[in-house]
Amino acid sequence: MKAIIWQGTNHVGVETVPDPTLLLPTDAIVRVTSTAICGSDLHLLDGYIPSMERGDILGHEFMGEVVEVGSDVKKVRVGERVIMPFNLACGVCDPCQRGMFSACDNSNPNHRMAEALYGATSASGLFGYSHLFGGYAGGQAQFVRVPFADVSCFAIESDLRDDQVLFLTDIFPTGYQAAENCGIMPGRDVVAVFGAGPVGQFALRSAQMLGAAEVIVVDRVPERLRLAEAAGARTINYEETDVLVALREATGGRGPDHVIDAVGLEAHGHGPGALLDTAEQKLRLSFDRITALRWAILSCAKGGTVSMPGVYGGLVDKLPLGAAFSKGLTLKMGQTHTHRYVRPLLGRIQEGEIDPSFVITHRAPLSKGPELYKTFREKHDGCIKVVLDPWA
Amino acid sequence: MTSNSSPGGRPVTPENRQSTGAAMPGAERAMFGVAGAFLLTAGLRGGSPFQKLAVTVLGAGLTALAVMGRSPVATALKIQQNEDGETLVSDAVTIGKSADELYAIWRKLDNLPQLMRHLERVEVLDERRSRWTVKAPMGYSGGEVSWEAELTADEPGQRIAWQSLPGAQIENSGEVLFRPAPGDRGTEVVVRLTYRPPLGSAGALAARILGQEPSQQLRDDLMRFKREQELGYHPTTEGQSSGRASKGGKA
Repeated sequence: MKAIIWQGTNHVGVETVPDPTLLLPTDAIVRVTSTAICGSDLHLLDGYIPSMERGDILGHEFMGEVVEVGSDVKKVRVGERVIMPFNLACGVCDPCQRGMFSACDNSNPNHRMAEALYGATSASGLFGYSHLFGGYAGGQAQFVRVPFADVSCFAIESDLRDDQVLFLTDIFPTGYQAAENCGIMPGRDVVAVFGAGPVGQFALRSAQMLGAAEVIVVDRVPERLRLAEAAGARTINYEETDVLVALREATGGRGPDHVIDAVGLEAHGHGPGALLDTAEQKLRLSFDRITALRWAILSCAKGGTVSMPGVYGGLVDKLPLGAAFSKGLTLKMGQTHTHRYVRPLLGRIQEGEIDPSFVITHRAPLSKGPELYKTFREKHDGCIKVVLDPWA
Repeated sequence: MTSNSSPGGRPVTPENRQSTGAAMPGAERAMFGVAGAFLLTAGLRGGSPFQKLAVTVLGAGLTALAVMGRSPVATALKIQQNEDGETLVSDAVTIGKSADELYAIWRKLDNLPQLMRHLERVEVLDERRSRWTVKAPMGYSGGEVSWEAELTADEPGQRIAWQSLPGAQIENSGEVLFRPAPGDRGTEVVVRLTYRPPLGSAGALAARILGQEPSQQLRDDLMRFKREQELGYHPTTEGQSSGRASKGGKA
């Protein structure tokens, strides 16, 4: 089959690799019909997530049709149209039982590596996202092996198009959990979203669904800001104005009640902190550039929440913890417990509350994937979200 | 015997348990000292300014460690040692099963080689005594080392403890505790192993470097036990498709 392969930092390519096979009786094989490139894939392309190996198959936002199931698969049937959350969960352990699927105790075979870096017990496995997170082959491919099939596969029985349900695998639940983590008081709270990329776009719309009085979106890319404005957000271009001053003014001097950092570890931005981050990241002294997080903490109103769906991987420097402490902020972060949100958000799509396909700017065959990784990274050609067809 | 005593009747307390790594034995200390002094001299002598700095800093670091008498490797690798010079290895895992079920599996001593992978065989000799066999560590001929051990505690659903009998080449003891996890989360399984390394701390370090080090092995053993009990299988990616198969191995 054809698959997008990580060939080293800054290099991804389409290669012909063996078709996946069932490795355990609880696995299924899915023929992928649509697969997306996620903003977090760019951290892999840029080499900021450790433990990638040449030859790894990328991709964690995909859907398709079940073509084979193992002997212990009870619910999933061959022929079903399914989506799979990007994270893997056993469904049995205590965190899974409590709905904390991304904290699954059992899904990461490389728990040793994760424990060494992150302490305590291991992080869950993820599709196509480095050996630290299990080393599972991803779904930017014609076929994919789906472990824990009965827990991982959600059947889509409606006639919704792939485009409309594909993002239930990651970015829609991720934006939604980010907004939910804010504990928005409907009709009262103002929410600021840093980063108008795909997750930021869903966080903005989710904050609106949860009753935010107003949402303010901060970015520097005009077409992304326009897409946020189209949803009714106020926008700030941080390259044209002092973002902290603009947020104060927009909120009557209080600051936004909650701030969502939908940027993560490769933030741009300016000032001495941003320069230092970039220097440290280039020298591999620090993995993470945290301008967005600094702004989030500094701008947030007293008693507010800083919610972080953006990915961080390592150590950070010059984090304004004193500001967070003195304002009594709540910091919430982490991988999305995607499984928890698939059905409720599918319901919202079916009821016409949202059509997630609004975010797609580029559709192409899988073979164009490698060049679209670059287009997406450089934000060229108005690129916000790429969906690939493995069979075109 | 209370549940926090070790089999020899010596309680495992913070006092006889050094949690921040092991004291460096004399030989190692001298080795680090010599290496440190060598690098210091080399660093001060020549090379590019950056090399000079790096080598000098490394040399100074090793010298300082030798002077302080702490083994940096042991500290980094979480080797614990008590005041009698015994190595302690302990770890714990919470498993969503009852204490009675888990106790029953451990109590059947011939199951132990499946639970603790460094064991080759455990043969039950009588009600209290058993014969344990491991692959030999460095410095032993014959490939295997065996010793007799006796049960020193057997509290159903709570605790099993054992101790090697006099004459064992590797003097060792161990215990497994089973206690209910708060909030109906199943059972906390705690394993504590104590042993005198065959070649002193250097032997343990060598074993660790060879991938046989007990602390990591115990962690892996407990995670494997948890997954066996909770899932009934081990999650894996072995044999999955990748771009390596087509290009002949890892880059």
